[in-house]
Amino acid sequence: MRKAITGHKAVAEAMRQVEPDVVAVYPITPQSEIAEYYADYVHNGLVQTELIPVESEHSALSACVGAAAAGGRVMTATSSQGLALMVEVLYIAAGLRLPIVMALANRSLSAPINIHCDHSDAYLCRDSGAIQIFTESAQEAYDYTLMAQRIAEDMRVRLPVIVNLDGFTLTHTVQPVDLLEDGVAKKFVGAFKPVYPLLDLDKPVTWGPFALPDYYFELKRAQQAGMEVVPEVFLEVQRDFSKVSGRHYAGFFEAYKAEDAEYVMVVLGSTAGTAKVAVDELRARGIKAGLVKPWLWRPFPAQAIAEALKHAKALAILDRAFSFGTMGALLQDVASALYPQERKPVLVNYIYGLGGRDITVPNLIRVFEELPQVKKTGWALRYIGLRE
Amino acid sequence: MARLLGWRELPLGGVVAGGTARELNKTGSWRAERPIWHEEKCIQCLQCWLHCPDDSVRISGGKVTGFDYEHCKGCGVCAAICPKDAIEMVSERGDQCARP
Repeated sequence: MRKAITGHKAVAEAMRQVEPDVVAVYPITPQSEIAEYYADYVHNGLVQTELIPVESEHSALSACVGAAAAGGRVMTATSSQGLALMVEVLYIAAGLRLPIVMALANRSLSAPINIHCDHSDAYLCRDSGAIQIFTESAQEAYDYTLMAQRIAEDMRVRLPVIVNLDGFTLTHTVQPVDLLEDGVAKKFVGAFKPVYPLLDLDKPVTWGPFALPDYYFELKRAQQAGMEVVPEVFLEVQRDFSKVSGRHYAGFFEAYKAEDAEYVMVVLGSTAGTAKVAVDELRARGIKAGLVKPWLWRPFPAQAIAEALKHAKALAILDRAFSFGTMGALLQDVASALYPQERKPVLVNYIYGLGGRDITVPNLIRVFEELPQVKKTGWALRYIGLRE
Repeated sequence: MARLLGWRELPLGGVVAGGTARELNKTGSWRAERPIWHEEKCIQCLQCWLHCPDDSVRISGGKVTGFDYEHCKGCGVCAAICPKDAIEMVSERGDQCARP
């Protein structure tokens, strides 16, 4: 069923269809609408979820951890400072292997305070152990919220998943979104299978025990194994979702005119939509431009990315956040992915769109135009749309 | 000491079966103050048992019978919650400092 809805409504609809046992959430701009929509669903009797209106995001994710350990299916949503407050608990959710699915309406981190989009919140928990997926449109945000549930809950994985959608750009703009029928979505997601539920009083367990130097290392290695299996599970879930939705998802990233491209842009999130228009314009001029838009960012699908990018002459890798004191996080990912290759494209790192700075088609055309001039990989950052 | 397990052998998330850690960890050695139960004042309300964070209030037939001093850390929650002052906290070392 096609509807004209915002990214927030699309995510809330996916959550309604998943109908988790518990949603614990605290409002923050721009995410608040997800919480508001879901509260409506609860109070109008559309879902049986227990909604916990907590006093902070630290409490929100803590309540999620408790509810997930108790044996429930659990979801939440946040942005920016809210995620910053959750981070302590996010590492715990990952370490305890709790399959909590979270929508992250991407917003810049303070200071200076700002409510608009960049990816500094997502980058903040790059190493948290949460799986991270980036989406370009409200449709993708809806689709990946459903898929995230399956990935998180796969018995080989059991990890939290963050579904990123750009604040305001996706969360507050109305787009056409094809929603699955409720029954189809529910069947796709399937029944929740608890692991060692605390509420199973016949088999009492201790969650979150102390692990000293004799066991901490092994437990973290086991956690890494959970991450390592994600790519395989991701493709399986995409295959199943493509069957039920009729939408074609196959791969860790969308490659747009990238196969024969000499100049390829790599970018996360909604900016990929803008980049496609720029690519089309360059192609019309006879320049072989292309785009690679990773959906799966953590774990980073390094081999597949390297395979897709190794034949290009030069890559523009766009990061919507600083990793202060070094190159952008996405540049680091792509550079390390390409390192084992014999032949490497020139890499150029652009920082763009911080604090919601608009990113336009002419901005990106200019990037493609200057890319052939760069003769070798340099470690100086470049900036798009920054005043000197 | 049991054989140390490899990473593939560990339960998901490091969960351990209930009650298995108590055999290995005699946490009573951490105690600075010891709870003393005065049976004559006790009304068997079980508040101490309910609040003890270390399951160290001994129960038999639904009644308090004393403490598990191998695991009681001496936190004093039982003494604080007791409505009849039937639990007294006394120093393990008398007037001596831990490191004189």
